[in-house]
Amino acid sequence: MATVIEGKGGFRAWLNKRMPVDQFVADQLTGYYAPKNFNVWYFFGSLALLVFVMQIVTGIFVTMHFKPGEATAWNSVQVMVREVPYMWLIQPMHAVGASFFFVVVYLHMARAMLYGSYKAPRELLWIIGMLIYLALMAEAFMGYVLPNGNMSYWGAQVIINLFGTIPGIGPDLVEWIRGDYGIGDATLNRFFSLHVIALPFIIALLVMLHLVALRQVGSNNPDGIEIKEKLGKDGLPIDGVPFHPYYTVKDIVGVGLFLTLFAVVVFFAPTFGGLFMEPPNFEPANPVSTPDHIAPVWYFTPYYAILRAVPDQKIGALLMAASVVAFLFLPWLDRAKNKSIRYRGAASKILLGTFFITFVVLMWLGLKPADGIYVLLARIFTTLYFLFFILLPFVSKADGNGPVPDRVTYHAH
Amino acid sequence: MSDHAATDAVPEVDESRRKFLIAATAGTGAVGAILTAVPFVASWNPSESARAAGLPTEVDLSKMEAGQMTTHFWRKKQIYVVKRTPEMLASLAGHDGELKDPESKESDQPDYAKNAQRALNPDVLVLIAVCTHLGCLPKTRFTPNDATVMANWPGGFFCPCHGSKFDLAGRVFEGSPASLNLAVPPYTLEGDKLTIGVDANQKGNA
Repeated sequence: MATVIEGKGGFRAWLNKRMPVDQFVADQLTGYYAPKNFNVWYFFGSLALLVFVMQIVTGIFVTMHFKPGEATAWNSVQVMVREVPYMWLIQPMHAVGASFFFVVVYLHMARAMLYGSYKAPRELLWIIGMLIYLALMAEAFMGYVLPNGNMSYWGAQVIINLFGTIPGIGPDLVEWIRGDYGIGDATLNRFFSLHVIALPFIIALLVMLHLVALRQVGSNNPDGIEIKEKLGKDGLPIDGVPFHPYYTVKDIVGVGLFLTLFAVVVFFAPTFGGLFMEPPNFEPANPVSTPDHIAPVWYFTPYYAILRAVPDQKIGALLMAASVVAFLFLPWLDRAKNKSIRYRGAASKILLGTFFITFVVLMWLGLKPADGIYVLLARIFTTLYFLFFILLPFVSKADGNGPVPDRVTYHAH
Repeated sequence: MSDHAATDAVPEVDESRRKFLIAATAGTGAVGAILTAVPFVASWNPSESARAAGLPTEVDLSKMEAGQMTTHFWRKKQIYVVKRTPEMLASLAGHDGELKDPESKESDQPDYAKNAQRALNPDVLVLIAVCTHLGCLPKTRFTPNDATVMANWPGGFFCPCHGSKFDLAGRVFEGSPASLNLAVPPYTLEGDKLTIGVDANQKGNA
C-alpha cells in the first residue's frame, strides 16, 4: 500500500493530520492494483454501485410525495406523477431503476460465474454479494407492493403466502408479516419503513463489506490468474494497474453508455412493454378481482417458474428457496483447479452455457400462464436448472485442470 | 500513593475466573437483547382495530336463489356462499378418485364441514375464497363439462394464477399446484341466517 507523504502545510496537511483522506485514496484507489486485462464484463460492479446511488437519490424524492397506506398510496403516486413538477420523470426513474439494478446485478453475477470469481480466496466476497442480492430482492419486492396497484396487491398476496407453507408456524407467521388478516394498512406501512430505512441501510453496509473483502483478496480477471503471484521488483503486481486513474476512466465510459440506455428507456419505454411496470398495476388494488394472470416483475420470474412447475405447494416453495440459495454453495460445488471458463474443457462450457440459457428460458416461462405446454417446459427447465448444480462438482473436477498461461492475456490497444 | 513496585507487579491472571465473567456478562447481555426484541417483534402482530374488524359477518340467505353465489368479507378474506342446487350436489359424486383429499382429512374446515359436501347443511356451501396454493382468488366455473378447464369438468372453481381446480365442495383436483381443499370458515346457520366467524359448535367467536 502506498504511503502518503504529508504535505508541508496548508489545509490539506491540516485535514490529513485529523482525518486520513489522502491515505484512504491511496489505499483504496491509486494504490489498489487491479488486473490490466479487464473486459466489458467488468463494468457491472461499478454500475451496480451507480444504480444503488441513483435509487437512493430518486427514492428520497419519491418519498417526499408518497403517502404509504391502503387508502392513500395509489392516489399519491398518481398525484405525484401528474401534478408535481418533474415527478413524471423522477418516479419512473425510480421504477425503471429497479429493473436496471437487476440487469446489472445479473450480468455481474454471470461474470463471476464465467471467470470463477467465487472460487478461493473469493468465497466470502461471493457470499456477501449473494446477501446483497437477497436484500435487493426483498427491497424490490416491497417497493413493488408500496404503490398498492392491483398487481402489487396480488403479488404480495402470493409472495407472503409462500411463508404460510412453512410447517407449524406458517399461518401465524403470515399474519405476523401482514399485521392483519389480509394485506392492509399495517402491511403497507411496515413495508414502507423497511423499504425506505431498514433495507437500504443493510444493503449499504453489505456493499461496504463487499468492497472491503474485494480490497483484501483483489479482483479476479478473465484469465482467472492471481496477479499477486507475479510481482515486479517494486513489489507490485506486474500485470496490475492502479484502479485510479486506469479503471475509474474505463468505468466512466461504462457509466456513459449505461446512462444513455437508461435515459432511452425512461423517456421512450418506461413500462418496457409491460415488463418493467405491469399493466394490472395501473389499476388500484382490488381484493375482489385477481388479475387474470399473476406474474411478478421479470427479475423474479425464473424462481416463480420453478415454484409453479411443482404440483405440490410445499415442495414448490422449497425448490424455489433452494434455487436461490444454491448460488451460495457455488464456491464449493466448483472443484476445478482453474477459475476461468477460458481454461476449462468443452463440458464445462456447455454446462455453464446451458445454465445461462435455462435461466433466461425460466424467466420467460414465469411470465407465461401456467397451463399446457408452459407447465411441461417449466418442469424440463427446472430440472436443467438443478442439474447444473448437481453436475458442476463432477464436470469441473474432470475438465477444469488444463494448463493456464503464466501471465494474463493482454494486448495493448 | 502506595508502593508502585508492589502494584506494578503483574498478578497472576485467574483464567477460569476471567472466562466465567466473560461468559456471564455475554450471557446476561444476550438474554437482555432477546427480551428487548420481544416488544419489537410483537408490534408486528395485528392491532386491536385489525382484530375488531375481524368480527363475525352475517348473511341473509333468504335473498339468494338456488344455484346463486354471493361474496362476503370476513377478516379481509373474501367468502363465497353458494346455495347449491340438487344438480350441483349430485356433481360432487363420482370423481373422488381424481381428488387429492376427497375426505378432507388434511384440509382446513370445522368438524361439521368434514364431510362429502363440506357443509353444515349440504344446500349451503361456505368457502374462504383464497386459493390454498398461494392465496389468489379462485374464479367460478360452475358450468359442467367446460372443456377450457378440463375434460369431464363437473363444475367448480378454477384459480387463474396457477391453474388449481376445485369441485363444487371446494375439493382440489389432482394435478393442481394446491395441495389442500379450499378452507371452510367457522360459521353457524339458523334458518336463513348465516353467521360467518361464529363456530356452530362453540357459539362463540372463532
